[in-house]
Amino acid sequence: MIETPLFAYTLRLADNALILGHRVSEWVGHAPVLEEDLALGNLALDLIGQARSFYTYAGEIEGKGRDEDALAYLRDAGAYRNILLVEQPNGDFAQTIIRHLLYSAFAHPYFEALSRSTDETLAAIAAKAVKEMAYHIRHTAEWAIRLGDGTDESHRRTQYAVDELWPFTGELFETDQVERALIDAGIAVDPASVRARWSKTLDEVFNEAALVRPRDGYMQSGGRSGRHTEHLGYILTELQFLQRAYPGAKW
Amino acid sequence: MSVAPTITADGELLERARKAAASVVDPEIPVLSIADLGVLRDVRIVDGTAEVTITPTYSGCPAMNLIALNVELALEEVGFVMPRIKTVLSPAWTTDWMTEKGKATLRKYGIAPPAGKASRRALFGEDEVACPRCASTDTMRISEFGSTSCKALWRCRACAEPFDYFKCI
Repeated sequence: MIETPLFAYTLRLADNALILGHRVSEWVGHAPVLEEDLALGNLALDLIGQARSFYTYAGEIEGKGRDEDALAYLRDAGAYRNILLVEQPNGDFAQTIIRHLLYSAFAHPYFEALSRSTDETLAAIAAKAVKEMAYHIRHTAEWAIRLGDGTDESHRRTQYAVDELWPFTGELFETDQVERALIDAGIAVDPASVRARWSKTLDEVFNEAALVRPRDGYMQSGGRSGRHTEHLGYILTELQFLQRAYPGAKW
Repeated sequence: MSVAPTITADGELLERARKAAASVVDPEIPVLSIADLGVLRDVRIVDGTAEVTITPTYSGCPAMNLIALNVELALEEVGFVMPRIKTVLSPAWTTDWMTEKGKATLRKYGIAPPAGKASRRALFGEDEVACPRCASTDTMRISEFGSTSCKALWRCRACAEPFDYFKCI
């Protein structure tokens, strides 16, 4: 399959949002308290909404008649381009919160920069998303502090989550040929340009949460080119079940 | 909503379309019209039919599909054939577009309207939120997320009323 760089780039943004949104939606009905159930439902809804806009645009760029549903429901794991971080299991509540914090602390400044893209559609989607991601950082940072600086048990679990997920953060800052040309054209954002802000947000939160920031070592990679952990297949099994079992089914 | 009736052949049609579109309410807050909410962005007459532009409050707002459908139905009811509904994302919706009438309606309905300007809130955090029941500003946030994307859960310390607050974004 030959993909144009803009299609591939837009698809990556969409897949990150959809897979994380789906993961978070798995908490609905299971969260520790009702308010948190609503909060997680809202976070998931924001992400799935962002994914819909990106997919719709990706389909238009591709020009083969694929709409948001075709892209979400009818691609297999190897065709998904999300980073590995967002497909990691929910684990305990601390792992869900830390995964979301690591992503939001990146996505917020990233979308802020993307809202100045020379591509009007990407800029418009990002301008909406940036307002939403501000809430995501605040909410997950508050929890990270509450848990990290909480009981011995909550501290231990939260530090474990940080240590376990840290090797997945390298992929946030990867770029490849697909993106280079788009970055030079002012369409895509160079992730290196938001690294300092990402880092500062996390340092502030970790500091207040009494959490230790791990040192950068070996980083996991592959999702952006379709090489995923085993978890993605299970996510898609559930996410795509209806369209696989009843092709073309509509609400 | 920048379209005022113009003195053209389409003037009467435009006024009719504008009125019909503005009568549609938010399905989740049925006292608030999409015009007062700031979701209705533009109404015009193109090739003899109505073309209405709306914008979502949040990316994932599930009410958008229903709002688009209801606008279409409202236009058909007043005689427009195949009206067109366009959704735009830019400029991004802000609570600053909510009308004063809309804010008063929300308050009466039991939802605290967005306090202050979105730009100020981004910098300085929440302004005082007044209880929609007793108007006291001795209130506290329970959760930043409520029953819909656009609302948060608050409680009044003075009268103990729990209430929805329409988030300022």
